[in-house]
Amino acid sequence: MLLRTFQSVVGILFLAHVSVVSAEMTIEIIGAGENQVPVAIVPFGGEGKLAQAIKDVIVGDLLRSGLFRMVDSEGKYPHAPAEVSYPDWQTRGAEVLVIGTVAAKANGRTEARFHLLDVVKQTKLIEQAVSADDVQVRAIGHRIADLIYEKLTGDRGVFNTRIAYVNRIGQKYNLMVADSDGYNEQIVLSQDNPIMSPAWSPDGSHLAYASFETGHAVVFVQSLYTGQRKVLADFSGSNSAPAWSPDGKQLAVVLTRDGSSQIYLVRPDGSNLRRITFSDAIDTEPDFSPDGQYLLFTSDRGGSAQIYRMPVKGGAEQRMTFGDGNNYSPHHSPDGKGFVYAHFSSGKFYIATQDFKTEQMQVLTEGGWEKKPSYAPNGKLIMFASEGRGRGILATVSSDGRVKQRIFSQSGDAREPVWGPYP
Amino acid sequence: MKKLVISVVLVSLLAACASEKPKEPVAPPKAAAPVDAAPVAETPAAATPEVAEKAAPTATAEIDQLNDSSSILAKRSTYYPFDVSVVQEADKPLVQAHAKYLSEHPERNVRLEGNCDERGSNEYNLALGQRRADGVKKMLILGGTKASQIKSVSYGEEKPKATGHNEDSWKQNRRTDIVY
Repeated sequence: MLLRTFQSVVGILFLAHVSVVSAEMTIEIIGAGENQVPVAIVPFGGEGKLAQAIKDVIVGDLLRSGLFRMVDSEGKYPHAPAEVSYPDWQTRGAEVLVIGTVAAKANGRTEARFHLLDVVKQTKLIEQAVSADDVQVRAIGHRIADLIYEKLTGDRGVFNTRIAYVNRIGQKYNLMVADSDGYNEQIVLSQDNPIMSPAWSPDGSHLAYASFETGHAVVFVQSLYTGQRKVLADFSGSNSAPAWSPDGKQLAVVLTRDGSSQIYLVRPDGSNLRRITFSDAIDTEPDFSPDGQYLLFTSDRGGSAQIYRMPVKGGAEQRMTFGDGNNYSPHHSPDGKGFVYAHFSSGKFYIATQDFKTEQMQVLTEGGWEKKPSYAPNGKLIMFASEGRGRGILATVSSDGRVKQRIFSQSGDAREPVWGPYP
Repeated sequence: MKKLVISVVLVSLLAACASEKPKEPVAPPKAAAPVDAAPVAETPAAATPEVAEKAAPTATAEIDQLNDSSSILAKRSTYYPFDVSVVQEADKPLVQAHAKYLSEHPERNVRLEGNCDERGSNEYNLALGQRRADGVKKMLILGGTKASQIKSVSYGEEKPKATGHNEDSWKQNRRTDIVY
């Protein structure tokens, strides 16, 4: 709603091309939202003493959304509303201004106090303190960026969420968890055998995944807090494609123990296993609808890989994708109104979405080696596996297809990304 | 600008891949021969030392055919067209030869490892690779091998033998390996 106030000034789509560079990674942003809000962010008072400048984190987040552009703040350093001269910022073309201070507290935490100011109306939009452990200064920046994003767009921000993916370096496979911007990477599991299909529990506390460490694909569930893990499914053949139900009380998995790859339901402790698809074909990549009532999945029962939908309780399967090419890896949008998937045709993979009502395919990317899409929890961004500079990389595209970014980590091939839930 | 150039190169590379015709028709037996021939040279060399080692404890005066590099048993891989999992005509003699050997050597076990090219999702390819391995398993059982002698697994597209985005690599990766 509030974004509308700013739409009058910037109404033209133009191409932004920004790189946010650090020692660990490069992030390329291509494209821009239709209406970008001009924002000025002043370096926070006291941030020079921190390992990470708060301002840089906020700038990176807001730019990656494609909905903001940065106005130079050089030469002006207000940290409190009383120090702000609004005409200065109006002259520079800023519509909103972010100022603040940050300091380490005695209890091992760092606290930032910030203001979001409306330069046009000369009013205060947000005044808030945000704190985190000293070692998580980036989290403070992400939280502030979320608050700014929410105030100005009306949508919930996802800068403070995490992603999981597999990084392959030579023969080494690392299951990784990182902030949604790719920073703050942590290794969950490291081994010499492939790891596939990480899936977040709805509360973000566990990852389910398939690992080949025992010589064939076995599904594990691992706690991100204790690191403890247990086998969820280890039958003969392949065990894979775990997907959590929205209430976290069961998972769908794909097993070949009775023949071809079929979908089963199982409790997180491995009990109450039951088969729910009964075809001679490949049925795989189940994904629960947000209301928990339906599954989307990939099947070749019609002769080529396509997306199907069925009630979780059983019942008629319905084919969802038609036309040229094959379709894989469906994921519901968070509002349940459609889904994103990988579309393969004429030798290229594309990221595409489809609305349940209109049944129209919308292709969001130019095509290449683009696989395994998943939505951010606010439905505004889609993360997927892509390629760049000869390596596997993580990439995102806005759900309207306008803004794309590519994340280059230091080394290895990034694969199988999946966006985690809200914290 | 540099990044734009990279994208253009990437796009043309992918366009080159696209021209490789991903959906080749199911090859008739004779046409499939060249696909077979390429990887064969590699297979015996890689397999022999391992086989010799494992065979040692059970070795008798009789020569184990598995150690004979001129035997059809030296061929340990079946190959497939894109998105196909049935054993092709060209590979049936070698699968049947392994079935015969295994039925005559019930103390021997094999592991069938299905693999795929990278076209398709990782999970779909895991399923397809399993179907390839299970197709070989069925043929071995029809040929007299006991199910208890066989373990079938899939690596999907996770363990490619060749890593290029082209048919030369892909045809080597659409494969079931028979591992003693």
